Amino acid sequence: MNDLNEQNDVILHVENLSMLFGSRKTQAREMMAQGASKDEILEKTEVTVAVDDISFSVEQGKIFSLIGLSGSGKSTVVRCLNMLLTPTSGKIFYRGEDISAYSADELREYRRNKVSMVFQSFGLISHRNVLENVAFGLELRGVKKEERIEKAMEMVNMVGLSGWENKEITDLSGGMRQRVGIARALANDPDILLMDEPFSALDPLVRREMQFEMLSIQEKLNKTIIFITHDINEAFKLGNKVAIMRDGRIIQTDTPEDMTNNPKDEYVREFIDSADKSQIYYVKSYMQMPDCLIHVREGVQRALRQMRNHGVSSAYIIGDGMRYVGVLPLEAAFQVRAGEITFQDAIMKDLETTTEDTQISDLMPMAANAKYPIAVLDDEKRLKGIISKAAVLTSLI
Amino acid sequence: MHFPKDLFINIKKPIDNAIEYMVRNWGPIFDAISDGLRTMLFYIRSAVEIIPWWLLIALVFFAAYKTSKTSKKLSSAILYSALLFFIGLIGLWDMMNATLTIIIASVIISLLLGFPLGLLVAQSKRANVIVRPVLDTMQTMPSFVYLIPAVMLLGLGNVPAVVATTIYAMPPIVRMTSHGIQQVDAEVVEASKSFGATRFQMLTKVLIPQALPTIMTGVNQTIMMAISMVVTSSMIGATGLGSEVLKGINRLESGRGFAAGTAIVIIAIIIDRLTQSLGMRKEKA
Ligand SMILES: Nc1ncnc2c1ncn2[C@@H]1O[C@H](COP(=O)(O)OP(=O)(O)OP(=O)(O)O)[C@@H](O)[C@H]1O
Ligand SMILES: [Mg+2]
Repeated sequence: MNDLNEQNDVILHVENLSMLFGSRKTQAREMMAQGASKDEILEKTEVTVAVDDISFSVEQGKIFSLIGLSGSGKSTVVRCLNMLLTPTSGKIFYRGEDISAYSADELREYRRNKVSMVFQSFGLISHRNVLENVAFGLELRGVKKEERIEKAMEMVNMVGLSGWENKEITDLSGGMRQRVGIARALANDPDILLMDEPFSALDPLVRREMQFEMLSIQEKLNKTIIFITHDINEAFKLGNKVAIMRDGRIIQTDTPEDMTNNPKDEYVREFIDSADKSQIYYVKSYMQMPDCLIHVREGVQRALRQMRNHGVSSAYIIGDGMRYVGVLPLEAAFQVRAGEITFQDAIMKDLETTTEDTQISDLMPMAANAKYPIAVLDDEKRLKGIISKAAVLTSLI
Repeated sequence: MHFPKDLFINIKKPIDNAIEYMVRNWGPIFDAISDGLRTMLFYIRSAVEIIPWWLLIALVFFAAYKTSKTSKKLSSAILYSALLFFIGLIGLWDMMNATLTIIIASVIISLLLGFPLGLLVAQSKRANVIVRPVLDTMQTMPSFVYLIPAVMLLGLGNVPAVVATTIYAMPPIVRMTSHGIQQVDAEVVEASKSFGATRFQMLTKVLIPQALPTIMTGVNQTIMMAISMVVTSSMIGATGLGSEVLKGINRLESGRGFAAGTAIVIIAIIIDRLTQSLGMRKEKA
């Protein structure tokens, strides 16, 4: 009984999957059987062994992270799961059906209804606007125009792009483009989402935001996700299960905890150790421009109005050439208006500042005491941005 | 040192024989093609002549106005319509219509054959291997060479002129169509496939729209090639501005030659400008 239940939970099952690129495959197989290394095989036969006899199962509603260095075969595996690549050998079962046995029509139905893919460089269609991109899959399925617009709008809203639906793709930032990619994949309401390094092209701050976004969407929709990454932190943060690939093979498949506690071999251990090392983040990646930036000449009235407009409690005061002067807190600004102190006296000029290439971890003590976001200056005391206490803290999660 | 005579082979004879064979045995086919083209030319000519001269000038004015950059909308509209008016002034309006008829017919046929061929070449390696050298030959072979078989198979007049012009003008649209399709981002193609696009959906919803700016460049080039054949094709009896230039040469009348030549240049400039901006507008969208 228990066994049966478990069987039911498995939505995707991969069995002895291999993928060889090149024409002299038979010869390559013979060499493999004799235990030749991949480099030898490549040299002798010009065949690349991209995926070598891997098996794994993915459970319904879970996130399965596949991680490995560049060239380890991750993209090849994920492209076999929707048959963008036809495996050289091995079987892939979707709810017990062998997808490699599908006819062309069955395969198309499978791609249209069951599985969608999100791409590293987004794969968006540039002559279509946001909404038309999101509706693309529905359009291919022949869904009526009103219905698909409605559904696409719903997805656009879900990924937080409300108001951007009629924009051209070229008007969007990288993070927004990938939101479109995710919305497009979700619009088909697939069971499985294949994501091939979806956030690799984004800067760390946006990337974090997208990871969070993805988790919250997953919470709502409960999709099964195959998530490819070469970032161990991302794999551990997102995956219920993580598989580590090396040279076309899976070395270990486990939950993040079990993998951390029981790494199967030295390679896995090193990979996990690298997780902590790669946690070195610099201020540059996390700083923003302040909402409220005021030139000393502009005076207190404008500062107050700007603060009110942006709903913030401090303004950053600069001189000519972006030269940093100090921070004007809201209360002090009110005092200036009431004539109690002068504008110059109200500006706090002795707050601690930092630089772009400071490590975030070194900023912790300063951030803990800071009342306002910390100003980031260059060597000439020009304001480059600010970094908030929240940004410092979340970067360490 | 001369090349040894005993090594000569005669390739002229077999080609002559082949053409003669076609003339003798495939006559009905060429007659049918000939009739078809003649009918097509007749309708195009009627359509071209139905348009009053002032309307054409007005159309060019508006088209130039619409497609120019904001800063010089009016000046380019005035310039192009004035140039066209000038063709009328020097008495070559009817000649221009005759020439336009041949150009339009050739361009239509080139596009109808060349565009699908370009799609095929883009998607099939084998078609590519076969078509590419043929295209290269078509484009580099001196255009006079086509004239001989065209005359033998189709006689003298506008019909063989259209055929020769078509052969000369078709390569760019084939090339640019296949080039445009092939340079569509691989990940976009992959994405479309992954969403279950059929071949036809892939072509109509992704590949062709994405390649459209490049295809439009091909259309522009095809038109320009057709215009450049105007004088050559008059040697086998094409009527219009080309034959005016030819008469100028034969009778040593420089004025006649220059007047007609100027009219050809004006047509080329106007059409080039208008079709170029067509491609550019698509690119932005
Ligand atoms: N179409 C192809 N033809 C030949 N070799 C290929 C092809 N696609 C991938 N390979 C090879 O297969 C191996 C695995 O490639 P794959 O793209 O799956 O790696 P990856 O883990 O996704 O790497 P990355 O992190 O760089 O994306 C590589 O050695 C690659 O060169
Ligand atoms: Mg990859």
